[in-house]
Amino acid sequence: MYTLKFDEQKCLRCPTHACLTKCRYMDMDKDSAGEEILRIARGEDSFVLHDCVTCYACEEYCPMNNHPFYLIVQRQEELNVPPLPRPLIRRGINMGVPFRGDPVIEELNGKALLMGAFSDHMFLIQGRLFEGLPVISSDPRKMFHYFCQLMYLHYSRISVINERLPKIINTISMHNVTEIICFHDECYGAYTSYCPAMGIDVPFKPIHLFEFLYNRLLELKDQIRDVNLRVAYQRPCSARLSPDKHHFVEDIFRLIGAEPVPRKYSGEDALCCGGAIEGQRREGSRKRALDIQRRNISDMADAGAEVCVFNCPACYHTMEHSVAQKGIKPVYMSDLCRLAIGERPARWR
Amino acid sequence: MSLADFEYGDIIHRCFRCGYCKFPVNWMDVNNCPAYARYRMESYSCGGRLWLTRAWLMNEIQWTDHLAHILYSCTACKNCEVKCPLGINVDILNMIRAAKKEMVEQGKIPTAARDFLESIQLHGNPYRIPKSKRGVWMDEAGIERYQGQEYLYHVGCVGAYDTRAREAAKKLGRLLQKCGVSFGALGEAEPCDGNEVNHMGEEGLFEMMVEDNISLLNSLGVKKVITLSPHSYNAIKNDYPRYGGKFRILHYTQLLEKLIEANRLNPTVEMRIKVTYHDPCFLGRWNAEYDAPRSVLKSIPGVSLVEMERNRESSLCCGGGGGNFSMDLLGGSPDSPARRRVHEALATGANILAVACPKCLIILEDAVKVEGLDDKLIVKDIAEIAAESCGIM
Amino acid sequence: MNNLFQALMDIVGEDHISNRQEELFIYSWDLGTTEPHKPDFVVSPRTTKEIQKIMELANREKIPVVPLGGGLSLAGLAVPFKGGILVDLKRMDTIIEVNEQARYALLECGVSQGQLTSYLERNHPHLTHSEPGAPPTATIAGNAAIHGQGDLSQPYGFNSDMINGLEIVLPTGEVCCFGSCSIGAGWFTQHPLPDVGLFLGWTGTTGIITKISLRLFPCKKIRGTALFVVDDEDQVPEIYYKITHTQMCEDIVAFSQTIPPYAGGLHHFTVNLAADSEKELELKQEIIFDDALGKIIQQGYGGYLGFTPGLQHPQISKTSDWRKGGGFEYVGGIMPVSQYPECYRRGKEISERHNIPYTVLGRCIGAAHAMMFSWTYAFNRSDPETIHHAREAMRETDELALELGGTIWKPGIYGQKLVMDRMDPNTLELMKKIKQLLDPNGIMNPGNWEVKS
Repeated sequence: MYTLKFDEQKCLRCPTHACLTKCRYMDMDKDSAGEEILRIARGEDSFVLHDCVTCYACEEYCPMNNHPFYLIVQRQEELNVPPLPRPLIRRGINMGVPFRGDPVIEELNGKALLMGAFSDHMFLIQGRLFEGLPVISSDPRKMFHYFCQLMYLHYSRISVINERLPKIINTISMHNVTEIICFHDECYGAYTSYCPAMGIDVPFKPIHLFEFLYNRLLELKDQIRDVNLRVAYQRPCSARLSPDKHHFVEDIFRLIGAEPVPRKYSGEDALCCGGAIEGQRREGSRKRALDIQRRNISDMADAGAEVCVFNCPACYHTMEHSVAQKGIKPVYMSDLCRLAIGERPARWR
Repeated sequence: MSLADFEYGDIIHRCFRCGYCKFPVNWMDVNNCPAYARYRMESYSCGGRLWLTRAWLMNEIQWTDHLAHILYSCTACKNCEVKCPLGINVDILNMIRAAKKEMVEQGKIPTAARDFLESIQLHGNPYRIPKSKRGVWMDEAGIERYQGQEYLYHVGCVGAYDTRAREAAKKLGRLLQKCGVSFGALGEAEPCDGNEVNHMGEEGLFEMMVEDNISLLNSLGVKKVITLSPHSYNAIKNDYPRYGGKFRILHYTQLLEKLIEANRLNPTVEMRIKVTYHDPCFLGRWNAEYDAPRSVLKSIPGVSLVEMERNRESSLCCGGGGGNFSMDLLGGSPDSPARRRVHEALATGANILAVACPKCLIILEDAVKVEGLDDKLIVKDIAEIAAESCGIM
Repeated sequence: MNNLFQALMDIVGEDHISNRQEELFIYSWDLGTTEPHKPDFVVSPRTTKEIQKIMELANREKIPVVPLGGGLSLAGLAVPFKGGILVDLKRMDTIIEVNEQARYALLECGVSQGQLTSYLERNHPHLTHSEPGAPPTATIAGNAAIHGQGDLSQPYGFNSDMINGLEIVLPTGEVCCFGSCSIGAGWFTQHPLPDVGLFLGWTGTTGIITKISLRLFPCKKIRGTALFVVDDEDQVPEIYYKITHTQMCEDIVAFSQTIPPYAGGLHHFTVNLAADSEKELELKQEIIFDDALGKIIQQGYGGYLGFTPGLQHPQISKTSDWRKGGGFEYVGGIMPVSQYPECYRRGKEISERHNIPYTVLGRCIGAAHAMMFSWTYAFNRSDPETIHHAREAMRETDELALELGGTIWKPGIYGQKLVMDRMDPNTLELMKKIKQLLDPNGIMNPGNWEVKS
């Protein structure tokens, strides 16, 4: 029903094939990268489909705005080369099935914050930064009615996303909202990157959480006290779908007096948390995930980070223990911002 | 009343009686429900009370004095709600209170509960002492009548009438004076706050009291209230707003903490005491205030603070909530919660058992005497310790 | 009856006896589907001496005695079917001794699982016991007496295999000790004295356990759970086999259930790992998930879902509320591991027939020598129809467990009869003789394990 807007001609014209040459998990020169992406574009099998760790990064690397990652996932599904074992895919797909009744639809007529499938993280949207903001999907029992489904990019299931996402958009629209601040940037990526790439209509304006936080902090500027912390940011895979918003990370840090430590794995070179990798079929995936995590966290520690700042709850849950073991405090961006305005976040000790 | 008419008739059967409710957070002792600790029969556990209430409403058992005793022995300490793993946990005490309310409406409550409620109705306090005596404590301490000062100091029935608690009430008053806090008290005009009446299921009386109290405070222009008792604090903070009573309310330990932070309260006398702190249920579990009392204690020179094994969310109730301070349904045994508690305090090696509630103060002090620990353990209110450290003797 | 009441009160004191309707009501109920039966008296003694006196009195008066621990068997094992004296043992809750070097704890019979867990965590962090999947109010002695299992049953067997010694009050009032303690040698071993262990699995029909010496085991610094999942029940026995072969883990449980939807049709394994260092933990993970199960993952049939540090304490009562009903009961079959697929398929059918969301679980005992396979049936306590269905499902499942070549763990009266119907006549006759020898007046927990003449 929906078709991915992918143009093979763009790849033919591409001067870099950065999608694959920049890949942090596969080693390819420009020529072989070009060959493989075209092979995939033509619907043929490629080792890339088997070895891809599904980190989303090629969406960001592509200089032609040509959605190489969505293409890879689509081909993985078509050619039946799933990155994950069968039961994990089945489990994941069933995880997103709502089973505890329908949500209460409240008409909001304006701006609202969307928790998506993270209603159990309401503790992260407390305090003055979020005061007076209506929340959609605040009930964990109903949260899968608001689940953006993009997680299934890790599961080689474009078909599931395309089947469910329009219904989710419809449910959100029933709240009669104009602007939606997305708690998770995977939702933001779904509505600003994936939907346009697939031709799915989005009848509201999504706002990135960090953009919202930045603007709120500006409003509360006189209350900000420098946090004076050396921070490392754990950039999640979903951030690759909205690279134009990445600057807000540094903007916020600057505003609240947090010092980002100079490190190897940041920005475009960020490493995956490992959560999507450890269960993959490819031989050695568990160890690969562990190795990535170790390199990533050592890099933070070596650079002198005191705090690891998270955007994505999945990254947080995957890394919190290992980060803490290295003596680095794990904290969500919203909590760090609360700290800067003199509030004490729920988990801050 | 039938089960169908019972406000919680659609959920009361959902208690499995798994017994998590008997434990503190770390499971160290099965005796963290004060009524179960005292009687050690399943009927006196939280699950027992819920099952018996349901059986009573379904006419499977008849009302008896003993059934009323079991229901009223619940001190509303909230340990069960903290520990219950099921979604019904938020309504456990609502169910118990609704069952007590039904007993009140049928006129079938323990004699001690009836006496308590009658006295509140007639005298505005559980002691059957005339209202005119309610202000004696403040005259003794030289505390001003409330005339629009910043804070109203609500001392509560126990603080106003009980000889021992009055000492704490007076010390707190003098301490606040010394810090230059603008406050006054109502003396004989002070009403009972009604917290116990509420938890004993006398809803009609409670509503009447709350409405009267709110209009009194509003007519006096009261905006901020400090309380001696966590019980008063709880009612004014959590129940009064439902009836339109919106006051800025602080338990006195919270005010002391602020005063210390602002350098307005400077305890200087070296106390040289080892203190363990007993969390009152209506400050701790009911209102999640665990830090302010500890912070006050830690700021007093020469106080070494040690914790009992059951502390904060896991604290064992002294047995005084839900009217049990007056009814004494849990007394009379070495298994009484207060008598268990003082041994726990002693085991820390502390020589002072600090409290932040006049009911805990009296019950625990009595327990120390009954257990013959007078020479080893002294029960003191934090207000008293802080006052003494500021040279107020 | 008045005289009896007075006599019992003289033994336990007035606060610890009741014949009032409230206590008789509460103690008449099991938490499962068993119909209630009221005792005549409830007592809660504090000492072995008091229990001895109660037994002497009951034996003299020929009145039934029903011992009760945590009351969480769910199978009606402490329902006083024939009235009598219900003995609530939970006041006997002293932890008498923990021997760190010899790794055992000597406990009074009312010590709860939660109490011991907490005590060891606070005072002996290097020791742990095999914690069953029951709420923390379950008692250690009660669990061992019914041959319970726990989270160390995979390496070390049934919890009843972890007993070093017992103190028993016989139905005739004598106090006996078993194990090394009987010769005054301390409580460190049950063997190699002549075997007189006649008190386990008897459901309190041969005496009351008053003290138990329980083996404790090394508790490593890091304990946590790794999750593995397959979508084909036929693979489960092989995976049990492969994991147990590594000898690298503690508990191994496979489960499948309708709710939540992601668990339906899949078989999740929780594999408990313990290690003193990250290095040890990684070695164990590597051996289990890369070496033993790596091929299955690469072929796409099984998935690794990560390791979560920190053991979850049992939250079993949540199951009871799936139907917003506050009740569940389960049949625990002690089954050959090879029967997992059939146990799952047939159990699912029974659940569907009775309109109950299916919930099954297989806990490995020993090196896959057996598994405790539980079929759980939730019911709504306020809806008699659902209770009826759960009870019927339980009976069908009792029969299924035996049909599939297993036996029933802690069977209720119905299951006991099925077991005895199939029992070797000579064994049955021996049981009868033992029972007559120990309990000549048949006062102990009557209704249970009654061998018909």
